[in-house]
Amino acid sequence: MTQSRAERIAALKAAARDRILVLDGSWGVMIQREGLTEADFRGERFKDHPVQIKGDNDILCLTRPDIIAGLHDAYYAAGSDISETNTFSATTIAQADYELEGAVRDLNLAGARIAREVADRWTAKDPSRPRFVAGSIGPLNRMLSMSSDVNDPGARTVTFDQVYAAYREQVQALHEGGVDLFLIETITDTLNCKAAIKAILDLQDEGYEPLPIWISGTVTDRSGRTLSGQTVEAFWNSVRHAKPFAIGLNCALGAELMRPHIAELSRIADTLVAAYPNAGLPNAMGEYDEDPHDTACRLHEWAESGIVNIVGGCCGTTPDHIRHVADSVKGMAPRQLPERPTALRLAGLEPFEMAS
Amino acid sequence: MRPTFINIGERTNVTGSARFRKLVSEGDYPAALAVARQQVEAGASVLDVNMDEGLLDSEKAMVTFLNLLAAEPDIARVPIMVDSSKWEVIEAGLKCVQGKTIVNSISLKEGEEKFLHQATQCLRYGAAVVVMAFDEKGQADTRARKVEICERAYRLLTDKIGFPPEDIIFDPNIFAIATGIEEHDNYAVDFIEATRAIKQQLPHARVSGGVSNVSFSFRGNEPVRRAIHAVFLYHAIAAGMDMGIVNAGDLPVYDEIEPELREAVEDVVLNRKAGATERLVDLAPKYKGGKTVEKVVTLAWREGPVNARLTHALVNGITDFIEADTEEARLAATKPLDVIEGPLMDGMNVVGDLFGSGKMFLPQVVKSARVMKQAVGYLLPFMEAEKAGQKHEAAGKILMATVKGDVHDIGKNIVGVVLQCNNYEVIDLGVMVPADRILDEAEAHGVDIIGLSGLITPSLDEMVFVASEMERRGFSRPLLIGGATTSRTHTAVKIEPAYRRGSTTYVVDASRAVGVVSGLLSPTEGPKAEAETRAEYQRIREQFARGQDNKARTPIAAARSRRTPIDWKAYQPPKPSFTGVRAFGAYDLGNLAEYIDWTPFFSTWELAGRYPQILEDDVVGEAARGLFKDARAMLDRIIAEKWFEARGVVGFWPANADGDDIVVWTDETRTTELARLHTLRQQMPKAEGRANAALADFIAPIGQGADYIGGFAVTAGHGETAVAERFKAAADDYSAILATSLADRLAEAFAEALHHKVRTELWGYAPEEAFDIDALVGERYQGIRPAPGYPAQPDHTEKATLFKLLDANANTGIALTESFAMTPPASVSGLYFAHPEAFYFGVGRIERDQVEDYARRKGWELKTAERWLAPILAYDPRATADAAA
Repeated sequence: MTQSRAERIAALKAAARDRILVLDGSWGVMIQREGLTEADFRGERFKDHPVQIKGDNDILCLTRPDIIAGLHDAYYAAGSDISETNTFSATTIAQADYELEGAVRDLNLAGARIAREVADRWTAKDPSRPRFVAGSIGPLNRMLSMSSDVNDPGARTVTFDQVYAAYREQVQALHEGGVDLFLIETITDTLNCKAAIKAILDLQDEGYEPLPIWISGTVTDRSGRTLSGQTVEAFWNSVRHAKPFAIGLNCALGAELMRPHIAELSRIADTLVAAYPNAGLPNAMGEYDEDPHDTACRLHEWAESGIVNIVGGCCGTTPDHIRHVADSVKGMAPRQLPERPTALRLAGLEPFEMAS
Repeated sequence: MRPTFINIGERTNVTGSARFRKLVSEGDYPAALAVARQQVEAGASVLDVNMDEGLLDSEKAMVTFLNLLAAEPDIARVPIMVDSSKWEVIEAGLKCVQGKTIVNSISLKEGEEKFLHQATQCLRYGAAVVVMAFDEKGQADTRARKVEICERAYRLLTDKIGFPPEDIIFDPNIFAIATGIEEHDNYAVDFIEATRAIKQQLPHARVSGGVSNVSFSFRGNEPVRRAIHAVFLYHAIAAGMDMGIVNAGDLPVYDEIEPELREAVEDVVLNRKAGATERLVDLAPKYKGGKTVEKVVTLAWREGPVNARLTHALVNGITDFIEADTEEARLAATKPLDVIEGPLMDGMNVVGDLFGSGKMFLPQVVKSARVMKQAVGYLLPFMEAEKAGQKHEAAGKILMATVKGDVHDIGKNIVGVVLQCNNYEVIDLGVMVPADRILDEAEAHGVDIIGLSGLITPSLDEMVFVASEMERRGFSRPLLIGGATTSRTHTAVKIEPAYRRGSTTYVVDASRAVGVVSGLLSPTEGPKAEAETRAEYQRIREQFARGQDNKARTPIAAARSRRTPIDWKAYQPPKPSFTGVRAFGAYDLGNLAEYIDWTPFFSTWELAGRYPQILEDDVVGEAARGLFKDARAMLDRIIAEKWFEARGVVGFWPANADGDDIVVWTDETRTTELARLHTLRQQMPKAEGRANAALADFIAPIGQGADYIGGFAVTAGHGETAVAERFKAAADDYSAILATSLADRLAEAFAEALHHKVRTELWGYAPEEAFDIDALVGERYQGIRPAPGYPAQPDHTEKATLFKLLDANANTGIALTESFAMTPPASVSGLYFAHPEAFYFGVGRIERDQVEDYARRKGWELKTAERWLAPILAYDPRATADAAA
């Protein structure tokens, strides 16, 4: 018996009140382990494609759906409540590197359907524990707030309208493919994120069923700022109009360095807080070597401190990490949403608040 | 930091800061960013960015500035207020800012639907909004209206689209007090009390305002203005005002204001004593710092009914209130068109009457037209929305064009504006318009009349061609001729005979245009007017023919024997400081301003009289003063903001006369010809002892001395077209024409300045000459600078030789059209002659013998020479050819 999307969303919100939800882990590392060749990436459909497409992991949704389905399966088996579609770079702007702009809609539709099918299978197996699909929306390789030319601080390689159009195509296809929520992730530039938010909100204005939005920024270093220079609170003030289901951080940092920023978000955000750090920091070989037990221990402490509602893993994490994490937060109370006084809250790179 | 009053920086606002406006219009963004940085360093919590300026591409300036600002962490740390009256500019700004901004502003002015749409967009971009207390009925002035509109907006925003109440900021309009009008006395109190009510009744909403408005009537007295601001803020903040656009660093502390002044200001702000305004006005000069107080702006006319206010605004050229007044008239009318055909046309009729009776003058009328255009521009969307299909009935449709080969259009634009003021629809095809396009467009638009304009002599011929084409294509609508070189005689003798099917009328100046047009288009007067003109032109042709017979010319050989007598043996030609050419790029416009001869400027605007006496003239003095004030103000901006670029080139070459030609040598050996300049000789009968002059007379003949000739080309016109277009796009023809006429003056001034430099320095034959603008204007100095195409050498084609010598196109960016008009139009070129006996003269009409000789010298066929010299031929080439045949 399949549920309607509205029922699944209600179930997602209920589950979030109930417990700490678990997201899946990294996709890059897992796909790398498959040792795929250019021929695998091309499949039948792109066998005559003029440029090399090896490394375009998203294309595997179309050419090796078996591998993608297998990874969703592995993460749900490890205890994930939510798994992300393999569509991190499935926009016309990001796919331009592979000259695959024309495949973007199919990629997102396929990515959503594969995940949907696996999730529904797991839900059918254990209806008391429904599984959800988050449509992954990545950051783009072109930024709206940062100059593309060191000699010309006003230069931009892309416009808001172009970014908006790219996201618009992606979110519509993800929606039609059946995702339960949108996950705008690894945000390096809040303005890119705002274009994605507007694309989603406009979609709803046109009559598409509203889906929860999860916004996940990236604090790139110890300065505690995003790549485009905002503090965590400024970032929150800048995206709060999306009325997100969850706000959080992912990538760039391991759990240890991410903690103070998650604690800050936990204090100020009157919505769910989500965190999926990398498996530590990369070692000299560029590999992540924090072991699953260590990751789980750190996230367990976050749960104990009541600063998170959703946890998971980013670069370097595996189904094994997720299994440890899921076990470590099992049965723990989710963070309670703080009461925040109503106030006019603005932001530049830093927050500005005028209390009532 | 959680301040209780947010001070919003106003210095990055082109409407509030002249300096910022200047920096932005010059594209000096690094300095503009420095202004923003100072604001933040001085403690601005929010940065207001406004680029609303007629001459700016506001959207582009907004995007450029915000993108640059994003790269400056010490500025970008504070939130931005995206400020514009245009939604497109606001939206463009929202697309550049990653933080959470404030949009300033939206309102109910154009109804709920638009308001909610814009508010929804703010929600989608994630911005707080400033909502102006402005609704379909107008701007709120009283406390009750302010509260009513804000409450309605609040309910709509929160109930209908779920706008977070804490993100709503109301601007309940701060209006000027102490204007001398009783209703204005309570404006500050209205604002303060509305603020109190809004804060009580509308939870979480904020109140903001533009503070400087309140003291508007004390412009020029900054100490008093600051005191008013401080007192006003003191009470408004106490009532709950949360933020304001104000230069807070400038304000005195409330308690430290001189008690006498504070008391008087407080009486005015709080409207608590009768006669408070008068007392403050009396007191104000004392605090100004010695200078006399500026006249308090009188707004008494604002008290009249709306129709009277519209008429006042039209007659006085005041645009400040035109939108609000037009809106008020629209609300009172059944349909927007009625506003145009009713009160606005009534007002323009008053303008027309005053102009017709000589009580108003051209500059004032063009300003009236600007007001009219803005009012009509305001009504257009409403008329389109109505889709009633009923178009405004114009009195007639006139097509206007400057003919092919010519680029001058000031006169044509003035005539166009005057016609529009009188309810004619004008289709302006611009400059350099070929005949077939003029006629195609005339047919396509079904125009009633075609008007042709031109300034240089070859345009006369082109007009004859257009007339003959009209004849060939079977046109019969009236043709009007105007422009500096045109004349009644030329129209009668050359143009009218080419166009027999319709009438041709010469229009001497803009003030006659309406009379001529209305006469021609009148069903009863039209045929009469045409017949009268035909009869008159017939008489002129007969007179001209008789004149031809009577004025015998001196044969060219005899004329040459009467050349200007100069004793070359007694003359040591001065040697220039260099030979070859030297370019003067981006010449300082400020230096040129002092060389401006203002008299021709006034005559461009049809105000006759010499400057500066014209300013005190009993009849046109007032109009001249108004125009001069506007011109000086614009000139200051032209200079400060570098609207135009002035570029010039000067050249000197070894030269000798060879008959009526001037040979330009490649070098001092004077053996190889670099170029040959041709001159024309007067052939009119002269009294004994008076020469038949040619320019070649002023250069030592070959073998009689190492003489030199100079040449120059200057322009101040780079940028003039773009500036004029931008003003026109903003429905401001007055400023467009003003800018173009100033560019012309600057080009002439440049020619004058450069000639001065040549005499004192570059050629240096008069190093002791002092600078005296009157002497310059009176041409009381040694040497001349005649221009090809003008009386001393009427052949425009000689410009080609001059330009080649100077490499003028590369050195100055001036190009020549096929008719040898210089473009940009604000350009001047000419030759330099140094001899003390050189003088300006007119060649006058010339005979066929000289034309044949000239054609041979230029390597032309006779027909070609007759075409280029047509305006000065003393004979009718067709008649002569027929006689010969």
